[in-house]
Amino acid sequence: MSTVFNLRRAAFWAAVAIFFAVLPLLFKQSFALSMLSQMGIAMIFALSYNMLLGQTGLLSFGHAVYFGLGAFFCAHALNLIGAGKLWFPVTMVPLIGGFAGLVFGLLFGFVTTRRAGTPFAMISLGIAEMVAASALMFTGFFGGEGGIATNRTVGGTMMGISYAPQIQVYYLIAGWCLVSMMAMFALTWTPLGRMANAVRDNPERAKFVGYNPTRVRWLMMSLASFFAGIGGGLAAINYEIVTAETLGLVASGNVVLMAFIGGVGHFWGPIIGAVLVTLLQSALSNYTQAWLLYFGLFFLVIIMFSPGGIANLVTLHKPAWKARLLPRLLPSYAAAAVAGSVMMLGFFALIEMIYHYEAKESVDKAFSFFGVELDPSKASAWIGTLVVFAIGIALFYGARKVVRRAWENLTPELQKAGAL
Amino acid sequence: MEFFFVTLLNSLSYGLLLFMLSSGLTLIFSMMGVLNFAHASFYMLGAYFAYQVGLHTGFWPALFLAPLIVGALGAATERFGLRTVHKFGHVAELLFTFGLAYVIEEVVHLIWGRAPVDYRIPAELDFTLFTLFTTQYPAYRGFMMLVSVGMLIALYLLLTRTRIGLVIQASLTHPEMVESLGHNVPRVFMLVFAGGAALAGLAGVIGGNAFITEPGMAVAVGSIVFVVVVFGGMGSLAGAFIASLIIGGLQTFSVALDYSILDVLGIIGISISRDSSWHGLLAITVSQTAPVMPYLMMVLMLIVRPRGLMGTRET
Repeated sequence: MSTVFNLRRAAFWAAVAIFFAVLPLLFKQSFALSMLSQMGIAMIFALSYNMLLGQTGLLSFGHAVYFGLGAFFCAHALNLIGAGKLWFPVTMVPLIGGFAGLVFGLLFGFVTTRRAGTPFAMISLGIAEMVAASALMFTGFFGGEGGIATNRTVGGTMMGISYAPQIQVYYLIAGWCLVSMMAMFALTWTPLGRMANAVRDNPERAKFVGYNPTRVRWLMMSLASFFAGIGGGLAAINYEIVTAETLGLVASGNVVLMAFIGGVGHFWGPIIGAVLVTLLQSALSNYTQAWLLYFGLFFLVIIMFSPGGIANLVTLHKPAWKARLLPRLLPSYAAAAVAGSVMMLGFFALIEMIYHYEAKESVDKAFSFFGVELDPSKASAWIGTLVVFAIGIALFYGARKVVRRAWENLTPELQKAGAL
Repeated sequence: MEFFFVTLLNSLSYGLLLFMLSSGLTLIFSMMGVLNFAHASFYMLGAYFAYQVGLHTGFWPALFLAPLIVGALGAATERFGLRTVHKFGHVAELLFTFGLAYVIEEVVHLIWGRAPVDYRIPAELDFTLFTLFTTQYPAYRGFMMLVSVGMLIALYLLLTRTRIGLVIQASLTHPEMVESLGHNVPRVFMLVFAGGAALAGLAGVIGGNAFITEPGMAVAVGSIVFVVVVFGGMGSLAGAFIASLIIGGLQTFSVALDYSILDVLGIIGISISRDSSWHGLLAITVSQTAPVMPYLMMVLMLIVRPRGLMGTRET
């Protein structure tokens, strides 16, 4: 674990590369392929965000600014290539986005990184608002409401690659994703990456050893913006349209959710978050109108009960896994899963009933919920749902105790095995 | 002249409304170190509750009831949400309020729908207060100012002249000392949070019908309030007051000015052809730049004076 360049790590990255290469062979539908592309972009974006929040301790609410600006610059670059005014291989266009992100990161970062903590969060929000408002003002560059449309096939066909089929775009994204991941991981091992951690934990001491915390924050912010810009460039190539929403507050909030749900304390956390959030967003939004509410509540639950995100929940089990005692926990987890499902089913049914009750356009308010017909205009449906929800809550509280006891029984054995 | 005075009055009423929001936010911040992202959501809830309660009781009871309900919600947020998250640090607290703002907006969608609701100015206040030159000044604007100023004075008296106000002030700077004197500091925190939320709710009650009551209103005003707090200096009530009036004035005036640099150049006799690449940039009117202005001011302030107008601390 002492250096970046060891055999195990090289083997690991090779495995990731093979995994990326094989994935589209397993999921052949066009829907799955576009979702995989979306995930790759989200992974770069979320990882770049974690360079700020996880590694430097800067809570930014405006990271989409750099992603979006990167996307706009790439869209314009593609259009220039198409018009014959610029020669540049399409494969390398995301770099243009990266440099756009870097330049704006240097520019805005100079102002924002003078303060850390809560003021930084507010200032980043202000900058994001400013850029979003300017995007609607300068219609020449940002295209106003309609955005900037572009064409990813402008480079023509080179060695069979034209970027017309989605599969080629997927491999482009996967390639950039792998390179960015490796670069960002390597960065955590550089002196700058280490100093960023020091500045996050104790800026005063970082100053004592001769580093300027403001400068470290500024550098990290600029580099994070660089990678965000690459992600934005890939988004421009993937969707072939960039609108002002790309750099808006919603997009900025989204990446905060991704990184935090995944877990900001681990390098891999945001990747889990990016995959999960992308999945949830496209899967849930197909089934329910209330998905944003579920999503927000899920985020609150994570903050209140597992602020280290999902990655932390996973690493919590590492000692038990090493001591080969993990199976001892599984029965209690199974109980909790059953109880939790009952509770969530009751809760979802309740929310869906409210939504369908409030829906004004349809006369017939009955709907099918996991194969069960629910009619919000009948009292029986409400009572039934509430009973299920209440039973679920009671069961879940019981199951929580069971899980806690299982952990309490396990802890002394783990200590004996030296795994803790 | 007429334009100037009317706009001045409008910006004053808007600025005072901003202060009702930012005062609560800055008090909560200086006390708990928590930046409440959901503060503007409480403002929105105030407007919606006033609309809902007003359907049954009319405007006047709603004026008192809605802020009380919002205050109770604020107290519950502090007691059951923030206090749980507190042990995980400020970032978790901030993100908790961020997630809460998300959830509140969705709940508003759920209950009241996505379209604006018909929350109106009460009939008793729907008349012309006075006529300035040729413009009729609505009485409701005057009422808004009256409520804000009344609230301001009440807040000032509460903080400086009453026992609980002194305890709050002491808890700001010396929480341990206050605690060892036998006061329940966590409860003081809860009260301040509830009070801030109730103030935001009251601003929503009187602002919701003057402007528009819709699910986007929290986001629209939220970031402006942040600008006010940063501009005035984090944790400074006096700074927040001055900043509210400045930002309120800036926004109201710039919205009303429909001139561009091109027009100014035209007056002094320079005309720029439509084909020039500068034309698009110079044709942007002052009113078009209105949304950017507050943020630009904030950035400038941060460059010149990072602690804000009256702020005492750097971070």
